[in-house]
Amino acid sequence: MALLSVKNLRIEIKTRAGVAPVIDDLSFDLEAGESLSFVGESGCGKSMTALALMGLLPEGVGSVAAGSITFDGEELTTATETRLREIRGNDISMIFQEPMTSLNPLYTIGEQIAEVLRAHQNLSRKAAWNQAIELLDAVRIPNAKARVNDYPFQMSGGQRQRVMIAIALACQPKILIADEPTTALDVTVQAQIFDLLQDMRRQTGSSIILITHDMGAVAEMAERMIVMYAGRKAELGPVEDVIAHPRHPYTAGLISCVPHILSTLTEEREELVEVPGIVPALNDFGKDSCLFASRCQQAQAQCLEARPPEIEFGPEHQSACWRAQEL
Amino acid sequence: MQVLQSFAIRAGYAVILLVAVLVLNFSMMHLAPGDVADTISQSMGGADQELLDQIRADYGLDQPFYIQLGRYIGGVLQFDLGFSFFYNQPVTELILQRLPATLLLVITAQLLALFIGVIMGVVSARKPNGILSHFVTFLALFGYAAPVFWTGILLLIAFSLKVQWFPVAGMQDVTIEGGFWAHFVDVARHMVLPVITLGSLFLALYSRLARATMMETLGSDFVRTAKAKGLSTNQVVYKHALKNSLSPVITLAGLQFSAVISGAVLVEAVFSWPGLGTLAFQSIIARDTPTILGILFFSALVVIVGNLLTDLALRLVDPRVGGKG
Repeated sequence: MALLSVKNLRIEIKTRAGVAPVIDDLSFDLEAGESLSFVGESGCGKSMTALALMGLLPEGVGSVAAGSITFDGEELTTATETRLREIRGNDISMIFQEPMTSLNPLYTIGEQIAEVLRAHQNLSRKAAWNQAIELLDAVRIPNAKARVNDYPFQMSGGQRQRVMIAIALACQPKILIADEPTTALDVTVQAQIFDLLQDMRRQTGSSIILITHDMGAVAEMAERMIVMYAGRKAELGPVEDVIAHPRHPYTAGLISCVPHILSTLTEEREELVEVPGIVPALNDFGKDSCLFASRCQQAQAQCLEARPPEIEFGPEHQSACWRAQEL
Repeated sequence: MQVLQSFAIRAGYAVILLVAVLVLNFSMMHLAPGDVADTISQSMGGADQELLDQIRADYGLDQPFYIQLGRYIGGVLQFDLGFSFFYNQPVTELILQRLPATLLLVITAQLLALFIGVIMGVVSARKPNGILSHFVTFLALFGYAAPVFWTGILLLIAFSLKVQWFPVAGMQDVTIEGGFWAHFVDVARHMVLPVITLGSLFLALYSRLARATMMETLGSDFVRTAKAKGLSTNQVVYKHALKNSLSPVITLAGLQFSAVISGAVLVEAVFSWPGLGTLAFQSIIARDTPTILGILFFSALVVIVGNLLTDLALRLVDPRVGGKG
């Protein structure tokens, strides 16, 4: 049985114009130790999926309207807040996009790491503090013993993200959700953070859900990927298969946007292609048609009339496109 | 150590500032027409030029301005603020008698307004559309709009005359006998209305600011991190969000210290509270220059000390202020 199983999940948010499904009929499984990546443009519902898994959808705005999230055999959409608190930070933890603002400026990083250990592991103050030092060391912050007393403003963005990773991995969670963990960082630091995540994953055996729009990161980090578009799953499959042979025009578009480093300078460089247009407005999300049709060069009449079904290509690979067979 | 050092520097600046205040006050008083000799002669029922000159010579008023100023500052440095002819008492003594009553009133009102204001702000920020939230908005509007003396008089009419829950005026009832507690209860009863009057304005300011900063903090990234850690709601709200919302409120409270003092003058006048405010009011009417100067000096002192304490409080709350980094 899968560690995490999401079935027909629908998340609605209230807007002035009415209720819009930011996640519409999303299903996927995550196996223990697996690394799964969510890809898509901003506003495609990637972060909403992550927040839903954590039970942290913005109160009064977003809610799970249908479907189920089963973690380790336990239903999360109906779990009590108390139970969700036990799971958060302990079994499922998350690192966020903005390392600069995600740490509380008024507490030492040691306190902020130790706090999560005290909340879930019943450790004494002293034991939690000592483990915080070990964790800082594990995320390769030099001179951890001294830096544990530092405040976030005394650290760089990359170091702060390492601290966030230390917090997230403190209780050795079964699932780590990384929501664009490197978006705000320098390219060289990005590579270091990904290396660190890979190492930590090997050590703790956690599954990773990586949310990103960086195709390079997906290729390096993930085993399977889900391409999201306008709250719907466009394509799901093993990373190698999807990148080698995308079965959805949107995936193909995303891949062709990424510049490739050439092995020799004389080699002919492929032209970069952009995906024209933008993600449709929220109030169009519920329509019974292909939401990508307006930007798709392969679109035909059928695409505007009905929502495409998910077509299987082998046991692992599926695509929600009317013309997937032809691609 | 570094904190102490920078605190000492601040204290040094404070002393310089105080001297500047002294010079300015004294110069302005000197520029105003009329002097102590006029006041004394008036209270004697008039005097001729010869007697006036005599009085001026006695009090050193015939000396040039800078000598008078030098003498005054020299006196202040030895805690001698001059002599009040109206009260027939050294000014320092006079002020030290009245200061505790004012400090009691002002500090109680400030602390209560801060405490209740922050609590109201936090509770209403957690439910931005709740009843309390609307009440805070209303209270803020009322507090801004209503003049302190008007609030005071209304409270007096309602709670001292119509229903006689609280005494009308003064700080204590001389007829009350008993030990410390009897007096404590008596003073506390006298304090209720003046404290509410003075505190209401500041309560409005603090609750509104606390509500706004708290709402902003509750939506910030590190609060989301705290939730994602699986901390309890109380830990998220009080440990993580509240501490971050305190700095602006403390800053405002420090700035308001001077306003509290000037507000105290009005409140004390309404409730005949035997503090510096009443003294200031009476000595202005009586043109008792040395007393007015003394009160101005003490007000400046209180405000400067208040600012120093604010600075210290901010340092304690926020590691980014001064010191390290």
